[in-house]
Formats: sequence, structure tokens, C-alpha cells
Amino acid sequence: MIAFSVNGKPIDLDVDPSTPLLWVIRDHLGLTGTKYGCGMAQCGACTIHIDGETVRSCVAPASRAAGKAVTTIEGLSPDLSNPLQQAWLEEDVPQCGYCQSGQLMSAAVLLREKPRPTDEDIDQAMTGNICRCGTYPRIRRAIHRAAEMAAKGGAR
Amino acid sequence: MSAGMERRQFLKFSVAASGGLLIGFYLPGVSTLGSAQQSANTFLPNAFVRIGTDERVTVIVNHSEMGQGVYTSLPMLLAEELDADWTKVGFESAPVDPRYNHPAFGMQMTGGSSSVWSGLEQFRQAGGAARAMLIAAAAQQWNTDATTCRTDSGAVFDRSNRKLTYGQLVAAAATMTPPAHVELKDPKTFKLIGKPIKRLDTAEKLNGKAIFGIDVKLPRMLTAVVARAPIFGAKVRSFDDSKARSMPGIRKIVTVPSGVAVIADSFWQAKMAREALRIEWDEGAMQSFGTIQMMEEFRQRAKSPGVSVRNDGDAASALSHAAKKIEAVYEVPYLAHLMMEPLNCVVDLRPDSCEVWTGSQFQTVDRANAANVAGLPAEKVQLHTTFLGGGFGRRANPQSDFVVEAVHVAKAAGAPVQVKVIWTREDDMQGGWYRPAFLHAIEGGVDANGNPVSWKSRLVGQSIMAGTPFEAMMLKGKAYDPASVEGIDDLPYAIPNVAVEYHKADINVPVQWLRSVGHSHTAFAAECFIDELAGLAQKDPYQFRRELLQKHPRHLGVLDLAAEKAGWSKPLPKGMGRGIAVHFAFGSYSAHVAEVSVTDGKVRVHRMVCAIDCGQYVNPGIIAAQTEGGAIFGASAALYQELTFDNGRLQQTNFHTFPVMRINESPQIETHIVENNEKSGGIGEPGVPCAAPAIANAVFAVTGKRIRRLPIRLAEAV
Repeated sequence: MIAFSVNGKPIDLDVDPSTPLLWVIRDHLGLTGTKYGCGMAQCGACTIHIDGETVRSCVAPASRAAGKAVTTIEGLSPDLSNPLQQAWLEEDVPQCGYCQSGQLMSAAVLLREKPRPTDEDIDQAMTGNICRCGTYPRIRRAIHRAAEMAAKGGAR
Repeated sequence: MSAGMERRQFLKFSVAASGGLLIGFYLPGVSTLGSAQQSANTFLPNAFVRIGTDERVTVIVNHSEMGQGVYTSLPMLLAEELDADWTKVGFESAPVDPRYNHPAFGMQMTGGSSSVWSGLEQFRQAGGAARAMLIAAAAQQWNTDATTCRTDSGAVFDRSNRKLTYGQLVAAAATMTPPAHVELKDPKTFKLIGKPIKRLDTAEKLNGKAIFGIDVKLPRMLTAVVARAPIFGAKVRSFDDSKARSMPGIRKIVTVPSGVAVIADSFWQAKMAREALRIEWDEGAMQSFGTIQMMEEFRQRAKSPGVSVRNDGDAASALSHAAKKIEAVYEVPYLAHLMMEPLNCVVDLRPDSCEVWTGSQFQTVDRANAANVAGLPAEKVQLHTTFLGGGFGRRANPQSDFVVEAVHVAKAAGAPVQVKVIWTREDDMQGGWYRPAFLHAIEGGVDANGNPVSWKSRLVGQSIMAGTPFEAMMLKGKAYDPASVEGIDDLPYAIPNVAVEYHKADINVPVQWLRSVGHSHTAFAAECFIDELAGLAQKDPYQFRRELLQKHPRHLGVLDLAAEKAGWSKPLPKGMGRGIAVHFAFGSYSAHVAEVSVTDGKVRVHRMVCAIDCGQYVNPGIIAAQTEGGAIFGASAALYQELTFDNGRLQQTNFHTFPVMRINESPQIETHIVENNEKSGGIGEPGVPCAAPAIANAVFAVTGKRIRRLPIRLAEAV
């Protein structure tokens, strides 16, 4: 049994501890917002937070979550109120949308570490998240916008 | 495997996972219009819209949403003529039904950048018809003349401003006769069409709620992965599954035409067991295939005449009399579509029915092929279209490869069964159906004044249409596949002698349309060679194009717009250069100016200025997004992407060996839209073709080296 929390709820799972967290989250917990893209930490579609830090869940064994707090895209906010989600809406960022969960989870840690990121900070923090539709120019704008919103205290 | 065991396993699975979170069954919203009855609380005036007493207007969309915005642009068309309250408008994917066939292509499908232009009339008419019935219902209720009523934002008003909302009129409108003729709005009165309306599908893509094919979950669903042939055409000779069979969660291991399928309770179990399989393959005829030898054969083949595609004047004679001439060979590799969501397909197979959930671009074809494998009539097969995590053409497979295989897996497992086949990234990349590799051998010449007098293009590459059910329809009696030569057969430049010839290469690598199809290579070759001719004539590449496009005002329009917005004549800092390209594809005109720098042999694209003329447009926000995405898609191919084969085996496996542009490599992109009243063209693909030649020409401006092969590798440039 592996015990951890997901989006604030305690979980007790009987699962092979070597199973990647991605598949535990998707197949066992039914939270399908976290996506499979590559299986080798190349694309970032599976990005989640463990104790507040970004983790590529496709290569992290379930055992890594033991005793820790896991946050998935479903836990980013209950109602799209996170400034990043608001900015993503304002900039109409997603196209197919498949990579956007991972993009948002990476951006959330960036904004916590650097509340007013430069373009270079964004490049550095977001380079592990591939978007095949090419939404990068909008992602960049949306991160700046979210930073402004957070600074003004507009959105929570 | 018995149903009882499946059931028990499922219950155990639910309990194990119920530590505070519930497993949902993810059945994406699927219209049941085919069988839906008019009820007291819904108004179904036609196949494309449903209005509820709750004021919700649901637009049923017959095209697949793969990022290109059809779940917004098509509802906009309908809502415009309906005078709907946009905040109450939603979308739903259409079931497979002839009523949802593409008006131009005669089947239900999404491709060819055609959804908006083909839906213009359809969706506007549907909205207008519903509006007329709502007005008629209100007029009857008020006992007034319908022509005195008006509509606004989801309600009907009479002259004295009495108001009935559409929701209030649902029951009465359902009894009205649909109008024989619908008067469409004067474009001057549009409230939605032409405005940058925000997409309807964004919110659910920001909180994990959007359901893609890979997210579909059925109550007793198993998951399968397939061990496919390592070489195209190879067959399973024998396999040993003794170890795999005893691994946890494994239900069945079965052979299917494409290989060996491992069916398990969950994906990871299936994948682990697949790794434990030992399969002997009959490697077949492709075991010695390699792309190095293939390209050498293409070069040899280009030395002899091919099938004539275009022949203006006498290109050979004009070339022999030219004051100066140049020849160049351009080569592009096989490319993978590489949608972020790898292929997958869910099948619920029962003895007398089959349901399929997948991100399809080819519903009519997929349903027919699924029915064929299931041994059922097509009407016993339902296909539900989920969100597509990218399509780019891959999910419009003429043989429905990923759907057919999943039905085979279900069939081999034995009905009744619910199974989801997931392709790993490696499976997806190695599974074939690539953009074909191509070679363009071009010769051209200019006269003493620098005016081009001859252009001779010879292409070598595989045909996409050959061997597909669409071959006869697409070739239309021609001796060549138009998709192989599109974009060079209509070279617009004023050159008196032009010859285009094509050699069809017969190679057993499955090939398919990839975003912008033939234009993805013809624009690269043609727009780089026109720069080479400009160099020969010692003229500026932009001015040289201008002079040769005087009879093509829309080409000229985008060319001038891109050049002006980019500041073509303004000098750039040292070490940077600009390149330009212009191209017509899918009914739209596009021009790009790229600004690049080159450091230690590495190309960095800093800025791309894009001009697009797609005629009358619906949503400029979506046009900008598609243009940005198209430029990045084209730039990825130009800078990084190449599939190579050696000993029949593909050498690329995942994003580390077939890279996609990342945010730190991504340029600033500006989109400028030409305003006019021309016929609507496409937008999903036209942004792709100019990216590679604009970048390649910019690299020449910086380095003086001609780029004749993609992806760009400066060390081999001439």
C-alpha cells in the first residue's frame, strides 16, 4: 500500500510501487487531466506537483509519492480562478489542448519562484513542455499576464 | 475471460481506488440525434442545432476539433444567423450520419483546411431556418405578422418590444414548418462573424475536464498494447508469451494482423508484459531498406524525364539559350505527424453491435472499416468523436489503421469486450503513414537582363493517393497524383517556359497527408529556387518576386504586406538576416518573412512576420492562432525533423530523436490578415508551407550558403 494525498484528499492505494505515477493517476485514480505524451520526460504533458515541485509523472514511480502531497491539473483551482487559468482564457492559449495541463503545472511553479518572470525565465522554466500546435507565443503572453494579475491581486 | 471475472475485477478496481476519489465513466457528450425525438423541452429544427427550455443552444458540429477551432468557428456561423445569445451557445460532436457529410467531399471527415469554407452555407442556413421557426412561433402566440418581429440575443421581439425568449418558444417552434427559403443576413449586420470571438472549448482544456480519446473509460474496459512489426511488411513467425502471460493483470495475449496484442487491466501492465514477449518476425522485403540508398536512387531517377505535369513553352530549349543558368537539387525527408496525444482507440464490441470512441478525422471511412472487421452492417457500428490531441492528417487514415486494429483486438479477445488500445509514443512514431520524402531537381535560367526564361522541375517521391480508395477520385484521369505536385504545378511566376515532371517512387513505407501535404515540400523547393534565380539575376528576392507576380494580385498582396510589416528594407544587426517566401495553398495566400541569426552553425529564428489572405473570414483570433501554429510547425520541420531508415528499421523513436520546436527556440510571430470579400479559403494548413523557405532564405542572407536539404544542416550547405 502507498499512502499519499492527491489534490488534498488522502489516498491509500494497492499498486505496484514501480508503476509510473502518471498511470496511477490516470488509470487507478481516474484523473485523466494529466496526459501521456512520451513516457521519457521529454515532453512535459504529464507534469504534476509533488510537495509543490514539478515532476514528470511518466518517469516517477508511484513510490516517490509516498507520504507526499500530489497536485494534478484538477487541483490547480476548483473553479478556474488561478491567475494562470484566467490568463490562459484571456489569451485563448489552447488549440488541441492536450499539452496544456502540463504547461499550466510548469507555469505555476515558475510564478511561485519568480512572480515577475522575464522572457528568459519563461524560456528556462517552460522548455521541457512541448506544444505541437505551437501555442508558445500565447503561453509567453499568458504567463506575463498572469504575473500582472497576481501582482495586482485581481485573481486569486 | 468470463464476464463475471471482468465484473469482479472491475469492482475490486473501483474499491481500491475509492480512497476519496471516484472513478468516473468518461463518455464524452455524444449526440443521439439519429434517434432523438422532439421532446417538450428541446427544439430540434434540423441536424445542426438543438435549443432547450434552459435557453442553451447546442450546435452539433460535423467536423473534428483538433485544435483548429471548428468547435468555435462553426457554432459562430450558426449563432450569427440564429441571433443566439453567444453566452448560451455550446457544441457537441456529430454522430456518423450522411446528414453530416462534408458538402464538397461527400463523406464525414475533417481535412484539407476545408471545414469553415464548406460549412459557411450549411451552418448559416441551419441557424437561419431555426430563427425563422422561432419567429413564426412567437408571431402565432402574439397573433401578429411574423414579418413585424425581430430577433436579438436569443429572443424574439414584436413591434411593441414584447419579448419571448428562444427557451420559452421551444415547444411552439417545434410545431412550425421549416422554411422553404432562408434569407441570410447582410454581412454588414454581423455581430459574431469576423470578430475575434474567444474559443468555446478553452475552459475544459485548462482544468483536465476535456475528454480526448485516450481519456475515455468504460465500466469493464481493458487496455491493450500491440507489439507491431519492427519493419513494414514483416509478419509474426512465432512468439513466446510464457513469461508475459503470467505477469500481473494480463488477461489475454492474441495475434492480430498488425502483430501481437497484450490485453491487461491497465496500460502499464500491458506495456510491461509486451516487453516480456519474444517474437520472431519474418522480416520480408523491406529488411534491407535504407533512406540513404533511397535518396541516391531518387537522384539517379531525377536524371531521366518523368510524367509531364505542366509544360508551358519549351523549357529545355529556353534553358539552353539562357544567359545564365543554375541547377539545384532539394531534398526533404519522411516526417511524422507526432500529435501530442498518441494514437488510441476504444472499442465496445458485442455480438450484434460495436461502439468506437476515438479522435477521428475520417468518420465515414472509419465506421465502414470498423464494421467490415467486426462483420456487422455499418448501422450497427457507432463512432463517437472525442477531442483530438492534434490531428495534422494522421487521424484521417485511408485504411483506418488505428481503428481497424482496435476492432481486431476486441474481436480476437472475444465479444463482449471493452478494450482501449493505446499506442506508446514509440509505437506512434514508428507506425508509419508519414509525409513522404521528396526530391526536387530544378534547373532555371535568366536572360541578359536578369529576367527568368526557363524553369524545369523534376520531382521524385511516393504518391499518397496510390493504392487508396480515393485514388480514382483524386487522380481524375491524370497520370499523376495531384497531392505529389500541388504547389509546383501552379507556380505563379511570370516565366514563359515552365516544365514540371514527376516520378512516382514505389516504396513500401506507408505515407499519408501531413499538414499542408504536397505544399510542405513544393513551397520549400520553389521558394528557395526563386531566391537562387534572384541571386543569379543579382536582384533583391522580394523585388524579384514582385516583378514576376504582377498578374497575381493576391500573391502580391500578401507579399507586400509581409515585407512592409517586417520592414524588409530596414537593415538588421550584423549576424542577422531576412528571408521571404510566398505561396498559395488550400484556397489561401500566405507570405512569411523570417529573421534569423546563425551562431556556431546553429540557426535561431527570432521573428516571423506572416501575412495571410484567406478571403472572407470568420474568426481572426483563430486565424492568428493557426498562422502562429503553422509557422512553428513548418519551422520544426525546417530545423529539426527527419525520419531515417536503416536495414528496414526506423531510427527515430521519441521526441529526443525527432525534436519539436520548444518555447526557448520559438520566434516572435506576427500575423497580418488581408481584408477583402473574396471566397473563403482554408486556414489550418496555409500557414505551414512558407516557414521553411523563408527560414532557409534568411540563412542564406546571413551565411551566403544555399540550403537545399531539410532539416537545415549548415555543415552540408553549399
